[in-house]
Amino acid sequence: MSILGTRVVRTEDPVFLTRGATYTDDLTDERLTGALHLTLVRSPLAHAEITSIDTSAALESPGVVAVVTGADLDIAPALLFPGANKAMTRQFLASDRVRFVGEPVAAVLTEEFYQGEDAAELVDVEYEPLTAVIDPLEAVRDETLLFPEAGTNTAAAYGHGTEPDPSWFDGCEAVVTQDIVNQRLAAAPLETRAASAFWEGDRVTIYLSNQNAQGGRDEIAGWLGLDKDKVRVVLPDVGGGFGAKIGSDPEFALVAWLARRQGRPVRWNESRSENMTGMVQGRAQRQTVTIGGTREGRVTHYRLDVVQDLGAYPRLGTALPVFTRMMAPGTYDIENVESRARAVVTNTTSVAAYRGAGRPEATAAIERAMDLFAAEIGKDPAEVRRLNVVAPDKFPFQTKGGAEYDSGEYAKALDLALTEAGYERLRAEQKARRERGDVRQLGIGVSSYVEITGGGAYAENASVEVHDDGSVTVLTGTSPHGQGHATAWAMLASDQLGVPLEKVTVKHGDTDLVPQGGGTMGSRSLQTGGVAVHQASAELIDLAKQRAADLLEASVDDLELDPANAAITVKGVPGAKSVTLAELAAAEPLKVDTTWDGEKPTFPFGAHVCVVEVDTESGKVTVERIVAVDDAGPILNPLLCEGQRHGGIAQGIAQALLEEVLFDEEGQPLTGTFADYGIPSAAELPSFDLVEMTTPTPINPMGYKGIGEAGTIGSTPATQSAVIDALSHLGITHIDMPLTPLRVWEAIHSAAEGSK
Amino acid sequence: MIPLAFDYARPDTLDDAIALLAEKGEDASVLAGGHSLIPVMKVRLGAPEFLIDIGRLPELSYIRLDEAAGEVAIGAGTKHRDVVNSELLAAEVPLLPAVARTVGDPQIRARGTLGGTLAHADPAADLPAAVLALDGTVVLQGPRGKRSVPIGEFYTGVFTSVREPDELIVEIRIPRCGDRGWAYEKFTRRSNDWGIVGVAVSGDRIGLVNMGSTALRATATEQALAEGRPIAEAAALAAEGTEPPSDTHGTPEYRTHLVQVLTRRALETAHGQR
Repeated sequence: MSILGTRVVRTEDPVFLTRGATYTDDLTDERLTGALHLTLVRSPLAHAEITSIDTSAALESPGVVAVVTGADLDIAPALLFPGANKAMTRQFLASDRVRFVGEPVAAVLTEEFYQGEDAAELVDVEYEPLTAVIDPLEAVRDETLLFPEAGTNTAAAYGHGTEPDPSWFDGCEAVVTQDIVNQRLAAAPLETRAASAFWEGDRVTIYLSNQNAQGGRDEIAGWLGLDKDKVRVVLPDVGGGFGAKIGSDPEFALVAWLARRQGRPVRWNESRSENMTGMVQGRAQRQTVTIGGTREGRVTHYRLDVVQDLGAYPRLGTALPVFTRMMAPGTYDIENVESRARAVVTNTTSVAAYRGAGRPEATAAIERAMDLFAAEIGKDPAEVRRLNVVAPDKFPFQTKGGAEYDSGEYAKALDLALTEAGYERLRAEQKARRERGDVRQLGIGVSSYVEITGGGAYAENASVEVHDDGSVTVLTGTSPHGQGHATAWAMLASDQLGVPLEKVTVKHGDTDLVPQGGGTMGSRSLQTGGVAVHQASAELIDLAKQRAADLLEASVDDLELDPANAAITVKGVPGAKSVTLAELAAAEPLKVDTTWDGEKPTFPFGAHVCVVEVDTESGKVTVERIVAVDDAGPILNPLLCEGQRHGGIAQGIAQALLEEVLFDEEGQPLTGTFADYGIPSAAELPSFDLVEMTTPTPINPMGYKGIGEAGTIGSTPATQSAVIDALSHLGITHIDMPLTPLRVWEAIHSAAEGSK
Repeated sequence: MIPLAFDYARPDTLDDAIALLAEKGEDASVLAGGHSLIPVMKVRLGAPEFLIDIGRLPELSYIRLDEAAGEVAIGAGTKHRDVVNSELLAAEVPLLPAVARTVGDPQIRARGTLGGTLAHADPAADLPAAVLALDGTVVLQGPRGKRSVPIGEFYTGVFTSVREPDELIVEIRIPRCGDRGWAYEKFTRRSNDWGIVGVAVSGDRIGLVNMGSTALRATATEQALAEGRPIAEAAALAAEGTEPPSDTHGTPEYRTHLVQVLTRRALETAHGQR
């Protein structure tokens, strides 16, 4: 029996759970001996001119070796996202203007870590405050510019070539429109950002907490003006990323630059407080949906307008609307779809990817629109969805959003979720509670979703080598920040090679070992890197057969792997001569490097049903149940897969109910601690009801799709919808996320005021 | 995340601690569980020059029944966890362990102390309102000796009380409750959050969390109950005389509404009507 599809317990866990992992700040590399510790002086204002910086007092502080300002730097300001307005560059230490609270303005280097903050407090920076632009809808108007030389706050615009046609919806029997906030979220990984760097001659080694060593290397080399081969990036264990550790941060390059300037290694590990303003954040879209169709329930027209808040400096957030527009129609077969998006800078923390990155925003919008449309025509929201989903015989399906969906059974997923939840019974219970006028009302939310995984980077490499002791080394261009690659990739190699799991070592995240790789993001790892490992292992067996043919005096076609012994033997001849892979490796290195290119992304899908209780007196929401059908094709390891779904669902519910990054009108962060920023604990969540469904993709031979973000994408709209559904009899049709007790109560309160 | 430099002492006896506190005066802060003080120091909102650690003084950690006085006496250094697990408190003043059970999370309850949270004087803390509902007394000790202050006279404002800088809270005394009904309604977004609003009821005494600059009593509601008016009517007066704060979790209007709902629910539970 194949090991694939079985619940192999994570091989990495014994170390994580006992000795502990080795994160960037834990490193004991002797080349970091005597490292200076970097503390950054950060702007307390969201928008200001810097009029002077006096470092003299700080230089007198104990342990201070150097205080560096922008005037000392010889690195040119960088455009952190290539597709953005070219004038919107960031200085590595701000010297003329700061654009968000937390922007670095000076670097303090001390002998000991704890000396840094004392000295940083003594750096005297004079600011001339400027008007801060916090609201992206205000930024669009260009009344106050963050980058006067750009002449606009718009960093990128999509679909704005034509003006919306006011008569577009004329033929529709029913049309609904709604403004929606898809609020800003903080990734808040357990491990905050960290970097350490040392130079050997003209070559720098940088340890990073990151999701992609190779991409980080390329960016840092570009910013520092170095050849790529002069930069080695190594990722030790990485404590979570959720998208916010994609790409290099300017601080990382600064650490390397400072190490060269001082001629000593430099270490940097930010505090949680710094992380909550300095690390990129996610979502942050303002949307307007307009949906139209027939009174029977057929949706014929859908329009989505997006204003993407980028924060102060355009980063990967600039690309979020691309995915949002592509996935705009969701699982639905809609004849007319159009979308426009504008990405604008504001005086806030920069926005980039966060679990789902553009797709949850698309799903939240279309699912809200479907609910509003169903309410408008007085039909059941599940029924309207079933009527409009893409039929199974239409795949591959070219959507009006511009995607080609590979495979899907959307109605089946929806029905599975509804059946598991007991939808009819829930509706009956809801009716009874309404008739009794219960304080605690029941709400049922349904979402149907499809997302794109492995979008943009379809190819990945792998190398598999069998050693003369029978052990195997796998090198991969993807790397984990919690997912379980060591287990999963070992399973794939073991399955092909007949080598036991414990003999397989998976290596990653070191640009010297693996010069090329796309990292782990966009739920791409398994369908790209995993398939590459599978392919490399299969190719290695082919190579072994060629080498074995002479030894075994047989033709290659007559040879096969004996998986019980990791040996090549002659087919169908019991007791025939055989040669083990280890023996072959002893004679000559037995190694394969390969690249798998799926050439296309895949489109996992599913349906979630959320059941909530809303205390109509207090506004408090309790999630009673979440039923999740998530179809990512065949599952390599159900244990890892369930872990991804659990985490994703938790974060999705958290967006719906709890989390929001807030700034006041001056751009001061209001949610800078975990007391104010609503990360959930297990106590706020129910047990998850996971339902399996398997629809392979034709894009790769294993049929694998991605699963990392699906839970987040499906659960958010289901939860939001459930709360609004609980209150629909009060005339409430929309409440923006997060649906906090305050916000829910205010909606109930104003509905009651309105009906007086 | 690194506090300014400070000096630190951990006296072995209560007398030593009080003598040291008298010597250091306003330059010193008293460290017990540290869950309020240390974060304040780490973000540099506070920078005491001297910390006097009383967290391990055995003299301050006890729970006793004083039959003569008809009170339970709790050492100020008693940890929330020990309050939660005390059978004596469960029998004599059951509201107190029930409220202590809602403070933070298990780690916080393992470190935080009853005296510490009362001294910190945070209007969003649970236990001051509970002690208020229980008509407790705070026993202070300083170089001039001991004095007892009824909890209702203890607080003067946000993070302030009548405790002199050279005084320590050494004990909390609470009258036995008999079979009086009790309830605590704490309203949070997440299980380990501070209460957006909290309502502690012991018999007909009501303590409010996060409805003003200190823990408050719902005096108008108590008065209405004393007049024999029904619970729903009395609870509707719960916000009278309060000045609820505004933050990202709640507006004053919302807290004004919530406190009425929670007071009604707590009274119904305490009076066996729920």
